[in-house]
Amino acid sequence: MAPTPALFISFESLQIFFAGLIELIGFGESFKWLATLLAGISISFLIINVMVMATAFYTWFERRMIARFQVRRGPNRNGPFGMLQPFADVLKLIMKEDTIPDEADKPVFTLAPIALLAPTLMIMIVIPFGTFIDDQAFLSNLNIGILFIVGVTSVNSIAIFMAGWASRNKYAILGSMRGAAMLISYEIPMALGITSVLILSGSLAMTEIVSSQSVWFILVMPMGFFVFMAASTAEMSRTPFDQIEAESELGSGYNTEYSGIKFAVLFLAEFMAPLVTAAVVTTLFLGGSRGFDFLPGGIWFALKMFIIIFVLLWFRSTWPRLRIDQIMGFAWKTLFGLGLFNIFLVALEFSLADQFGGLASDKVSLTPKYMLIIGAINWIITIAIILIMANVVGRKKYTRPEPTPSPLANMGIKES
Amino acid sequence: MTKIISGDEISKSIESTLANAVVASDETAMWVSPKNIHEVCNTLKNPDGLDYSFLTAISAVDYIEYFEIVYHLTSLRNNCSCIIKVKTSGRENPEVQSVSDIWQAADLQEREIWDLMGIKFGGHPNLKRILLWEGFDGHPLRKDFIG
Amino acid sequence: MATIRTEPVTINLGPQHPSTHGVFRLRVTFDGEKIVDLEPVFGYLHRGTEKLAESRNYVQIVTLTDRMDYVASMSNNLAYVRTVEKLSDIKVPERAQYIRVISVELQRIASHLMATGFLLNDLGALATPLVYCFRERERILDLFEMLCGARITLSYMRPGGVFQDAPEEFWGSLNTLISDFPSYLDELESLITTNEIVLARTIGVGLLSDAQAIDSGVTGPMLRASSVKWDLRKANPYEIYDRVNFDVPIGSSGDTYDRYYVRLQEMRESIKIISQCIEQIEPGPVRTETPFFIRPPIGEAYSSVEGPKGELGFYMVSDGGISPYRFKVRAPSFINLTPLRDMITGWKMGDLIIILGSIDIVLGEVDR
Repeated sequence: MAPTPALFISFESLQIFFAGLIELIGFGESFKWLATLLAGISISFLIINVMVMATAFYTWFERRMIARFQVRRGPNRNGPFGMLQPFADVLKLIMKEDTIPDEADKPVFTLAPIALLAPTLMIMIVIPFGTFIDDQAFLSNLNIGILFIVGVTSVNSIAIFMAGWASRNKYAILGSMRGAAMLISYEIPMALGITSVLILSGSLAMTEIVSSQSVWFILVMPMGFFVFMAASTAEMSRTPFDQIEAESELGSGYNTEYSGIKFAVLFLAEFMAPLVTAAVVTTLFLGGSRGFDFLPGGIWFALKMFIIIFVLLWFRSTWPRLRIDQIMGFAWKTLFGLGLFNIFLVALEFSLADQFGGLASDKVSLTPKYMLIIGAINWIITIAIILIMANVVGRKKYTRPEPTPSPLANMGIKES
Repeated sequence: MTKIISGDEISKSIESTLANAVVASDETAMWVSPKNIHEVCNTLKNPDGLDYSFLTAISAVDYIEYFEIVYHLTSLRNNCSCIIKVKTSGRENPEVQSVSDIWQAADLQEREIWDLMGIKFGGHPNLKRILLWEGFDGHPLRKDFIG
Repeated sequence: MATIRTEPVTINLGPQHPSTHGVFRLRVTFDGEKIVDLEPVFGYLHRGTEKLAESRNYVQIVTLTDRMDYVASMSNNLAYVRTVEKLSDIKVPERAQYIRVISVELQRIASHLMATGFLLNDLGALATPLVYCFRERERILDLFEMLCGARITLSYMRPGGVFQDAPEEFWGSLNTLISDFPSYLDELESLITTNEIVLARTIGVGLLSDAQAIDSGVTGPMLRASSVKWDLRKANPYEIYDRVNFDVPIGSSGDTYDRYYVRLQEMRESIKIISQCIEQIEPGPVRTETPFFIRPPIGEAYSSVEGPKGELGFYMVSDGGISPYRFKVRAPSFINLTPLRDMITGWKMGDLIIILGSIDIVLGEVDR
């Protein structure tokens, strides 16, 4: 059963509030649509503003953090610890001239940033992030929440392709071609990672997924977490998978021709992606807003998100980039296989646990005891597979022969 | 130490096969006629013979009456080096045979000499200006160039 | 089944591009991501150094050589002053020779650090290794500042010696640097050498066989990465290189990884050379008295040193005047680009960038 909506920020409660207001003013039943509309606008207003502010601070955090990794100081001039830097950046971008190339497909060129930003924002609607008051607050409790996320994120590849194609720039087209190939490929391992979560939780609703995590799913199936994390890093196109931008190869990839406010919107969407990804990973694998009682659920959620964001930053600041064929190979040869194997494993264990009567009272998820047993088995299998992949499959290719001097040169000195 | 082979020595060693190619020689260098430079270089590079496998540099000098092209060759296997020179006649359209099919190293250097000194290399596959743009008037390293 | 018509696309990589290491332009023809043809276009930084030198006197030209390979000015200075000394038969005091070798080896480390950092940047590592490399390079530049007051365009050497003796505090800082450096290199290696992604990207990419490397006139770390053991410091020892012990590291196959790894090992060898020089150096004069206007006898000279990029040689013709009649540079960066087309054709876009990065060109030297 679905938890009750939170105090006043869910779509349903806002709808009820506005309907009451309309009735109070004295409009009839025929104006019911107005309540839906107003509720929708309020929710959008809330999400957009909160997310934009969060992203602004996230860009500041990312720049400071990467600066630490790189023995630099990072932005520290505007405001306390440079926290006003993102606002200065945005102000600068807004004041710049918004150029559109002559040869560009103007409507598509203009639509692309919006098409990229909208799905990223929409994901936040279904995340049960929790607040100080309510542990499981959400904006809308869609019963197909996770399916909604999978569907909405796939719009990204179209938006990136729109941006690259409409620019009529060879670098941009190359970047967006890579993007189309890569994003579609990585959606499959991502969906496989999600599927294994669904087997354990027995529901598509995000709130149900959280409430079924009496043991965090990262502990139950580390392989699913690994597959999902790798695939979603690729979906965000950050190093080591940043083929779409690849600033050392393509200049800036699909957004080469963008400037001014359009670039700001693209940039916003790009930096919002890690936040949203961290939120999704937290919900699916880290138990969402569940935690110990001394802190409210919202804080737990934020803490877990922070850890994921930090790991993503760590990837970004230390790893070089893979080549496009290696990236595609990684998706289809490694992640796809691992994802399928993980589903098989989890499904097998689930049905075995069912045989032994391990189902919890809600008849769709397992009891913590059985989850822990499954987790122990899965950790062993995952570590074994990683060791096999690293030592048997990987290492052999990279042994270097001992260098022997070429017979074509002789420096005429006796070697000691 | 890299042994510096004198021009006399070099000319003696290729005399038997290319008797009339050598114009002059002294202890620093050997002068070859522009028509024969290709076969002389071929002989010098021969791995079974003198084995000058490495073309260190090609330079061109404008001596007003003539141009001189200087080939610095090194043999990595024997650790020795020698200098071959070619004199062109006249300032209008001087031409020398290209050695870029013998040493790939000559490719860019010959283009540079054509660009800056205006010496044509017959048989070079891609003799275009390299540092300056197509359509530049004159060759700046010549002594009569007024910039 | 109907086939889709595809056609190759020509892209201008540069002259304004983050990974061409300056204003270098490549006209590349792509078939999808694969490179089918490539043509380098030079000359965006051509300043006519060779012509300018013909109207300057021999000491003034030292400043021109600074501006060719601007990340390794010391080596350029050394190659140039050695040619002038050969041309006019000037003897150099022993202490000056030691100081020259120390500063040139420091410069080699600085240049290799920059090459390694930018190679990793080309690999897409978001400048992290680059910043670590630059941190250490900064310390070397500080040492140069003590020596001559400048950090990049040094003009430290003069025909007949060096501009001035090293100050007392220089030796202390130098000792700290060379004692810290091996552990720093280990740190850098732990970040790069065993990184799976670096290995996957660089091993087997951009192969250059030993025969082709020699044929196309490639020198320096690039030649040695192709397993050709050829180093002018050993093959034709100049200054005091015959009195120090060091190895010549070579690569096994001549791929991008070897070019990186040879540079890294050369830095370790340079540290060895410097510490031996510090032990051997003795007090004495650092500069032979030369006339204000050097007038070499009529003649010509070619002299070369093993610079960080390869064999850096100067060919000078003197007519007995105060400036050279002909001043020609054998620029290693320029000649190392000869096999570029053969190395890159057939690889992908991402490989193009790292192969070019592993060649380690400096456009000031390519275009002169």
